[in-house]
This record gives sequence, C-alpha cells and structure tokens, in this order.
Amino acid sequence: MIEFRLPSLGADMDQGTLLEWRVRPGDAVKKGDVLAVVDTTKSALDIECWHAGKVHDLLTRPGQTVLVGTLMARLLEPGEDAAKIPPPPAEPAAPATRPPLAAIPAAGAPASGIPAPPGPPHAHRAVSPVARRRATELGIALDTVTGSGPHGTVTLKDVEQASSRQALPRDRSADMRRTIAAAMSRSKREVPHYYLTEQVPLGAAVAWLRHANEGRPVTERVLMAALYVRAVACAVVRHPTMNGFFLEGAFQPSPSVHIGMAISLRGGGLIAPAIHAVEQKSLTDTMRALSDLVARTRAGRLRREELTDPTITLTNLGDDSVDAAYGIIYAPQVALVGFGKVTERPWVVSGQVVPMASVTVTLAADHRVSDGHSGARFVAAIADRLQHPEEL
Amino acid sequence: MDDRELRNTVLELLVRIAPEVDPATLDTKAALREEVDLDSMDFLNFLVSLHERLHVDIPESAYEQLRSLDDIVGYLRSHLPGA
Amino acid sequence: MSERLSYREALRQAHREALARDPRVFLMGEDVGRYGGSYAVSLGLLEEFGPERIRDAPLSELGFVGAGVGAALGGLRPIIEIMTVNFSLLALDQIVNTAAALRHMSGGQFHVPLVVRMATGAGRQLAAQHSHSLEGWYAHVPGLRVLAPATVSDARGMLWPALENPDPVVIFEHAQLYNLEEAAPASPVAIDICRAAIRRAGRDVTLIAYGGLMPRTLSAAERLAQEGIEAEVIDLRVLRPLDEATLIESVRRTHRAVIVDEGWRSGSLSAEVSARIMEQAFFDLDAPVQRVCTAEVPIPYAKHLEDAALPQAETIMAAVRSLFGDRPA
Repeated sequence: MIEFRLPSLGADMDQGTLLEWRVRPGDAVKKGDVLAVVDTTKSALDIECWHAGKVHDLLTRPGQTVLVGTLMARLLEPGEDAAKIPPPPAEPAAPATRPPLAAIPAAGAPASGIPAPPGPPHAHRAVSPVARRRATELGIALDTVTGSGPHGTVTLKDVEQASSRQALPRDRSADMRRTIAAAMSRSKREVPHYYLTEQVPLGAAVAWLRHANEGRPVTERVLMAALYVRAVACAVVRHPTMNGFFLEGAFQPSPSVHIGMAISLRGGGLIAPAIHAVEQKSLTDTMRALSDLVARTRAGRLRREELTDPTITLTNLGDDSVDAAYGIIYAPQVALVGFGKVTERPWVVSGQVVPMASVTVTLAADHRVSDGHSGARFVAAIADRLQHPEEL
Repeated sequence: MDDRELRNTVLELLVRIAPEVDPATLDTKAALREEVDLDSMDFLNFLVSLHERLHVDIPESAYEQLRSLDDIVGYLRSHLPGA
Repeated sequence: MSERLSYREALRQAHREALARDPRVFLMGEDVGRYGGSYAVSLGLLEEFGPERIRDAPLSELGFVGAGVGAALGGLRPIIEIMTVNFSLLALDQIVNTAAALRHMSGGQFHVPLVVRMATGAGRQLAAQHSHSLEGWYAHVPGLRVLAPATVSDARGMLWPALENPDPVVIFEHAQLYNLEEAAPASPVAIDICRAAIRRAGRDVTLIAYGGLMPRTLSAAERLAQEGIEAEVIDLRVLRPLDEATLIESVRRTHRAVIVDEGWRSGSLSAEVSARIMEQAFFDLDAPVQRVCTAEVPIPYAKHLEDAALPQAETIMAAVRSLFGDRPA
C-alpha cells in the first residue's frame, strides 16, 4: 500500500488546505500525475504522486486543512489486493491555530461581500465551452465559481472574475505578508550576510538584445531579465558555493541550477519560484520559462517544486528605477543576486570617456559558506558572461 | 473598427494584465507603466495580447512613443491592418 | 462624390451599365418591358435599349427560365427576372436540374452563365402563397451562387460580377428594400460576390443576418447598445458559398451568436450557419447559438398576425438578452 501524505510545501509551510482532488478511487495513476490541488498562504499548488498505482481511498475532504505529513489518501501498488487493506486510521485533529483558508475560495464569495451559495461538490453544472477552456488555462477549480449565465451557467466572465479574485484574496495577502516577514526575519537573524557590488557594462548586451528583438515577433521577444538569469546560471556552474542549501550546519551544493525569480504580486506580496535547470536551457527557452512562470505566479498557480527547489535567487529591480538591490537571502539558500536599473553612466574605454549602458549587480551571500574572495570572483563571472550575450 | 471599439479592446486587455485597474478612472494621458505599475514583463505580455487580438506587432523601436494609453491607442489606430 | 439613391434606382443603374457595357447582356421576364417591371426596376429600359435587349415574357416561368438557360449556353449573358421567389417554384427544374447541374454533368464542356433575379420576402400582407423566403432552398444547391444584396451599394455593385461569373448566379432582392435610400458612390464600384461584411463592430455578441432583415437587425443592435450590449452585425451578402472565415472570426471574439433569418427555422439557412459555428467555434462559445426566424406557419394575411410571425427588432433583442442570463442588461 502506498501512503500519500501532504508533502512539505516549502520553508515555513506547515499546513495546507485541500482545494480539490484530481483523482477518484479506482483511478490508475502514474508517477508524476497530479493527485490534488492544495492551497497554501502563497499559492494553490499541484501535488504530484511519485508512485505508480491505483487510488484506493481519499481520506481528506476538500476544504479541510491538514498538517504537513498528514495521511491524505492511500493507493494500491500494482498487483496488490484491495481486500487486504485495513480501514483508514482515525483522522488527526485539525490544526486549531489558523482558520481554514478554504472558506473563501470554496464558497466563491464575490468581492462585494454577498456570499453566493456554494454548489454541491460533484453536481453537474452547466459551464460554457469557452469558460471551461479558460478555467483550465487559468487553473481555476470550476466548483469554486458561481455561474451568472442563463440557468446558472458558468460563463467566461464568471471564470475571469473568479481568477482575478483568487489572484489576490484579501486574507491570502495578509497571510503572505506574515509568512514573508517570518522568513525574512529568520534569515536576517541567522544568516551572516556579506554584500558585494559591481557596476557591469551592458553596452554589448543592450545592442545585442535590440538587434535580436528586431527580427522577432512580439511573442518571441527576449527581455534583459532572461539574459541576467542565464548569466547567473552560467557563472554559478563554476562557483558551486553560491548554489545550494545550508541545512543542519552543513552546506549541500546542488548539482543543478534552479534560479528562483523574485516576482512581485499585484496588490502586494513577493514570491520567488524556480526556473529549473537553467544551466541546460537556451536563452529562448529561459525567456519562455520566465514568461510562463510570471503568468502562473500572478494567477496563483504554481507547482510545489517551483517553491521548494530554488538553489539561488535573483531579484531584478530594474523596472523600479533604483540603482542597486541589497536583498535578504532566502534561507536555506546561500546567495541572492540583485540587479538594479540599466542606465547610462560615463565609462572609460581606451582612454576615452563614453556613455555606457550599465547595471549595478549586487551579491548577498552566506559567510558560512563563501567569503568575499569567492564572492567577488562569482560576480566577476556574471559580469563577464554579460559581455558575451551571444553565448548565453 | 471604430475608435471607441479600439479603446475598449485595449482597456479590456489591459485589465487582464492588471485586474485591479478601473478603466473609468484611468488617466489615459499619464505614463501608463507608472500609472498602472507595469514592469517590463507585464508590458511585453500586454503587447503580445494586443498583437493576438488586433494583429499589430509593435516593434521595440516604437516603445518610446507609447508612454500613455492615448499614445498606444493612437499607434494602433494608424497601424491596424487595412487602416 | 456620392448621391442618394434608392435600392430600386441602384438596380436600374446597374442594369443600364451592364446593358451598355456588354452587347450579350439582355433582360427577360414578366412585365419587364412595356410595364417597366413589377417593382419598377426596369422602368425606361425598353425605351433606351429596345425590344431585343428588354424582352417581355409570357406567363410561364419554366419556359422563359429555360429559354434563359439556352441563351446562356448559346453565348449570351441573360438576366432572367422571376417576379418573386414564390413563382420560381415553377421554374425549379430549369434552375436546379439544368442550370446548376450542366457544368458537372457535361464534364466542364458546357457552362451556364445565367443570372436569375427575384424579389423575395413578406411584410405586405400578400399572404401564404406570395410571401415566401426560400433563399435557404437555393443556398442548398451546389452549382449555384446565391446573393442577397441588402444595401444600395450592393444592389448597384453585385450585378456586374454576377454577369461575369461563368456559372449561374441567383440574386434575391427583398421586396421591402426597393424603397431603401442610402448615399451611394456616383460611379460604379466593383463589389465582390464572395464575402460577408461586418456592418457594425461589436464585442458582446455576433448578429448574423441577410437581405430584408438587415435594417431591423441593425436597429436592434443600436437599441441593445443603450442597454450596454455591443452587438457586432454581419451581413451575409453571399448565401452560397458562405463566408465562414468572417463569421467564425467574429464569433471567436464575441463568444455568442444570434442568426436572424426570414425563412422558417426547420432546415433553414440559419440552421446551416448555426451548425458551422458549432463545428468550428464550439470551444469559443459562451452560450448556445440562437436563431430568430419566422414562426412555423404559412404566412398570415392579417397584418397583426403577419407582424407577429416575422422576426422583429424586439424579438431579436429578446434573443440576445437571453444569452446573458442574470447579468444586468
């Protein structure tokens, strides 16, 4: 028998609320199939199954909040006999500390405050074809949407309104602030930060980017942020003390580079989900992954490993008109690379002063794992990569 | 497509990127990216959706001219296919 | 420079220009010559062009349409006027079994460059036998191109391309449109006989109509705009072959469609358009496709009953509203 327990959803997450099951008893599942959608303070996450098997029973109800590690469902291994499975254990007490967050999305209450009656969980509801398609695109669970069409049909507008509400429900925003506050405080307290900064000339990168984008339709345009991501990933490969986790007193370097992108949410809040394995991605693929990640982050639809896997984080405040970003490391990571705005500065080239587009790059790093010398070499490696944009 | 229809389409797509924007109170002459807090990714996604809907591909060299919503509507009007 | 022209005058102008331009063109039908046409379309043409070019036919639709087919096969470019679609039933064999079929049956050896014009539609208390809208029947037949000009421009411009077409073209003129007046360009404008036209841009629903119901549909759209519903109005113009691309592109944007058709709904042109929308834009629909058609009765004689049977702006608006459910209109 395979036990499906609520996995850890990232640092400082100790519980989650089940929004919906994606499987039913009797369904066959393969490794990687999504079993459930679980809500946390930051996002709704798809939880995958890492075994092949057949769903035997579902023990947690949609709307229920459970602690990490709670047994949520049981699956039969291939060839196992269902009759031999004992009845499920008694349910653990639900955590008393926080009110279940599911109350808001499951009831589909409109922002005006008038609660709409929730539909029965599995009753057949009329949903227009385009609404259904859009709900899939946006990752909205249809049974959380009230229909305003004829005979209560769920229409496109209903789904889009539900999506913009779900993206920033008031309670989630306050909870998120608390979570970020706790994480940042702990990081500041426990991680001995040191900071380095460097002004990096971007003349080559800006020119290369302008030229590359001229030939591309708007759907394929690359942003400077994608160059930053690739430059950091390439630099990190030679500087493993910047990439990994400091846990239980020891540094565990990561074989792969999963760059966490600090993404601000409209209406407040910050998340830094990962673009995976950037060292293997082309610039075009990196740009696509970045674009997709931002879209899903804003829609509140991320995968669990996107929140748990970043091995180093990048924060780009270039659009915020500040020169440099001195950030706080997202523990248990050990480095944070910051980029300010791209601006023209006087620069000396071959004895002449010329205007040069440049950016201030900052590194915040964990002094338990690296020191100024290796940090400086890492920053120099990033700077060097940005002088050869065509190789990114 | 008449001017009102074009403006409404642009506003509709803007609201998709920035759902908290109220088209009725938006200052259409102000610098849009500050007014609505659009970063470079938001702006790019906005242009992609304009391209999908109106079939106008706005090149990077034109970004300078597109400060306000009025600028954008004006640019689109003169670049709509068949215009 | 443009002038105001009635639909009737536009048709007359189109005839004059065609007759002057190509000596193979001639007009034949009941009362087209001495009487000037039962709807006065050909008034004055006999005096101008003479009896060889403007030919009065006896009361025999099958006969004179057949003669038109023969003339076309022989190298002429006839315009055959059937007084109304109601009487065209008597000529169906010539139109469907000969004109439409000869190219295929002869393996391309023969083609029939015939133009048939007929008045159509209801609304003048002419009762059951004289009020049909059978455009849908003709649009069903391969080998025919079927046109429904609904504007003065189209009335002026569609005749010449129809004459140039090497295969039979049937043109429907709704009787209620003959007095319609609009500004039209003074010189002839070439008009295509392939595409539908978007007469009003909109975003919330696509209204699809043709012929005599166009003015009513546009009026419904204007009134709906005051309720906050912006309707896009498409004039089909060409009933066969249908310009699917224009229809589907519009429905993909608006996600809702209402088809307005003066025929009865069963097996109608509106049923065909609805099927195509379902086939090609199903996943873009936010509500089922609606149809507003004539009530399934032989057209009544009494005015209040006739009005109740035909599509009106109010019934079109009600159909549109029904797509929006509880949302405040």
